[in-house]
Amino acid sequence: MDKERVDQIIDRHQAEASSLIQVLLDIQSENNWLPKEALERVSQRLDVPLARIQHIATFYKAFSLVPKGRHGIHICMGTACHVRGATRILSKVRELTGINPGETDLDLKFSLETVNCLGCCALGPVVEIDGKTYGKMTTAETEEVLKSYE
Amino acid sequence: MSEIILKIDGKEVRAEEGMTVLEAARSAGIEIPTLCHHDKLEPFGACRLCIVEVQERGRKKLVVACVFLAADGLVVTTRSEKIDRIRKMIIELLLAHAPDSFKLRQLAEEYGADRNRFEKEASFCIHCGLCVRYCAEVKQKYAVGFIDRGIRKEISFIPEIAAKECPDCKECFPLCPTSYLQAAFVLTESLAFPSS
Repeated sequence: MDKERVDQIIDRHQAEASSLIQVLLDIQSENNWLPKEALERVSQRLDVPLARIQHIATFYKAFSLVPKGRHGIHICMGTACHVRGATRILSKVRELTGINPGETDLDLKFSLETVNCLGCCALGPVVEIDGKTYGKMTTAETEEVLKSYE
Repeated sequence: MSEIILKIDGKEVRAEEGMTVLEAARSAGIEIPTLCHHDKLEPFGACRLCIVEVQERGRKKLVVACVFLAADGLVVTTRSEKIDRIRKMIIELLLAHAPDSFKLRQLAEEYGADRNRFEKEASFCIHCGLCVRYCAEVKQKYAVGFIDRGIRKEISFIPEIAAKECPDCKECFPLCPTSYLQAAFVLTESLAFPSS
C-alpha cells in the first residue's frame, strides 16, 4: 500500500484523531493488513502516538499486523457446529491449505481462523469465506468450495 | 473550590472538592496501600489495592480510593477484616504473576498473604500501567505502551522511539513494582538497538 493511498484514506476522515479506528479499518479492508509504514503515517497525520495506535491495532481482532491472505476462511467451532463435525471440516481445510488457525499460507491465498459462533447454528457445520456463508458442510463440499477460490 | 468534611477511620478530614478519597486520606496522614498510583499521574484504578469501604446516605459500598471522589459527609473505613481479606486476595493473585517482587512481598507480609496460594503464572508484569502512563503523561514520549488485551496484554516498547529517548531517561524504571519493565527494555534493546 503506497503512502498516497494512506493519505487519501486519512483525508477522507479529515485527519481527525477521533477517526483513528475508522482510518485503520479502511486501511485494513483495502490492504488486508496494517503495514508498519502505514501506521507510522497515520500516527504522524492524526497526531496520535504510535504506542496508542499499536495498542488499538492489537486490541481489536479486526486488525492484523501481519499480512493476510486474499481469502479469509472462518470455521465455526461453536457447540452446534462442533457436534455436527466442525473438527473434521477444520482438519480437511488444514490438510488442503497446509496452514493452522491463525496462519496465512506462503502465496497469501488463504488465512485460516476459527470462530466461536457465527450465529447460524441450524446451518452447522458452518464455514465462512470472505463473508460468504457455507452451511451444512461436508469434507467433500469443503474441498469443492476451496477449489473455487483463486 | 469549596471545602468538604469527611470522616476517614473515625477521624474528621477536611478536603477540597474534586479530591479523591486517597488524596484526602493521605493529606490527613492516613495510609492506604497502592501499587498503580502516582502523584504525577491521572488516577488509573488498575490494581484495586486501595479498596476501602464508604458509607453514603446510610449505604455501605466498596470502592477504590484512588478514583472515588471524596464528598461531604462521606464515612470511609480504610481497614477492616473484610477489606484486609480482599487486599490479601489481590496480593496473592498478583504474586502468582510476580512471585519475587519486593513491593508485593512486603505487602504480603503486612496482609498475611500466601505467595504460594495460586499456581505461579509468572508474567512479571502486573499491568499497573505506571511506565506506560509516566512515559505518556509526564515525558510525553510514548516510548512504551500496552499491546493486546485480556490475558495476553503486555507492555511493549516502540524500538524507534525507545532507541532515541530511553537511554538518557529511564525515569520509569524505579516506578515498576516488579522490575519487569527493565527486563522488557533490555530485551527490546538487545533485539532492536544493541549498544555498541
